[in-house]
Amino acid sequence: MIAHYGYKDASGEYFIILDTEKCDGCGACVDACRWGVLEVGVDPNNPFHEEPIVLVTEEHRNKLKYSCAQCKPVSDRPPLPCVSACPNGALSHSW
Amino acid sequence: MAQEVRTTGEYWRWTESRWNDPDIDWRKAKTITAGVDVGSVSSQAVIMVDGKIFATGNMRTGSSSPDSALNVTNWALEGTGMKIEDIHYTVGTGYGRVNVPFAQKAITEIACHARGANWIYGPTVRTLLDMGGQDCKAIHCDEKGKVINFLMNDKCAAGTGRGMEVFADLLAVPITKIGEVSFQIDEEPPAVNSTCVVFAKTEATGLLRAGWPKEKVIAAYCSAMAHRVAELLERIGVEKDFVITGGISKNIGVVKRLEKELGIETLKTDFDVQLAGAVGAALFAQALLKKHRSAA
Ligand code: SF4
Ligand code: SF4
Repeated sequence: MIAHYGYKDASGEYFIILDTEKCDGCGACVDACRWGVLEVGVDPNNPFHEEPIVLVTEEHRNKLKYSCAQCKPVSDRPPLPCVSACPNGALSHSW
Repeated sequence: MAQEVRTTGEYWRWTESRWNDPDIDWRKAKTITAGVDVGSVSSQAVIMVDGKIFATGNMRTGSSSPDSALNVTNWALEGTGMKIEDIHYTVGTGYGRVNVPFAQKAITEIACHARGANWIYGPTVRTLLDMGGQDCKAIHCDEKGKVINFLMNDKCAAGTGRGMEVFADLLAVPITKIGEVSFQIDEEPPAVNSTCVVFAKTEATGLLRAGWPKEKVIAAYCSAMAHRVAELLERIGVEKDFVITGGISKNIGVVKRLEKELGIETLKTDFDVQLAGAVGAALFAQALLKKHRSAA
């Protein structure tokens, strides 16, 4: 399943996109994120999948533009800590 | 079929309803499962007996989620002789899903709406849009109703049932008539700029003062809502067959304008699609009960 967490508003689209088939819940991205945007938990959208996967915390889902701003300076774009930490290429961002 | 409908004089109020099938003898049933969808605006309960719908209820959510879950389930069961204790397995879904006191499991409305839409409309459904009370979700699913891709707009109460309620009240038009009234115009007005509950209210008041007839203001608001949702759908795209679930699906003023903008028609049904999430939850409850029993 491809999960889009986030929102779209007048200024842009702010989604963290997860491929749940690729994610094994290792938590490397959670450790890499200093801002507590990600967490590992049971997939609430698939009742038959019991292994843990990564989720975007409720707290940050509706303010990703600001939560992730620290990792996204306007001038140059270093690789995102969460995305680079993932060994399985399961994570991406829409902006 | 026993059907009961409640109406009131308040404009924002939509019709609460309940239904049950008196031909089903639930006392002989092997499986009795329930799906309870506690949304921010409305709550639904669907009780299934051996995989068939036995009773349904659809009412406004009260101030407490646990009470709403109990009330809507009891209302659905009223007069059937069945009690909540007779249900073998219950799945809670919706915004208040963890607050269904008699549920064995909570599953998100994303999974439940996809499963429910598959049951209501059949296996050809690939894209569904759930326009609920407080948020809006776009979901792609396979022929079994399994979610493949989803997008949830977590931000704003805009293109939603709550926004529509506020609007109905402001213009003193019953919410169930908004869709119809929005077509009583000579030509389609430009959409209002914002569908945000707060701004739309101010904007609508301004337009009324400027002499716009009510119908025109409503038309502009419906197209603004349709446009916003169409924009949201762009990210994941729309594949046929396309359906809309949730309360706003009953508003033809929004649905028809959205179909026009997307150039794609939605499948229609006589079934109350506000029940989609609860139907999906009741179906999951059935599958989980089977799994549970075979493990025991
Ligand atoms: S971009 Fe930065 S703040 Fe956002 S999830 Fe990734 S590591 Fe965390
Ligand atoms: S690092 Fe990748 S595989 Fe590990 S939890 Fe995060 S997204 Fe999943």
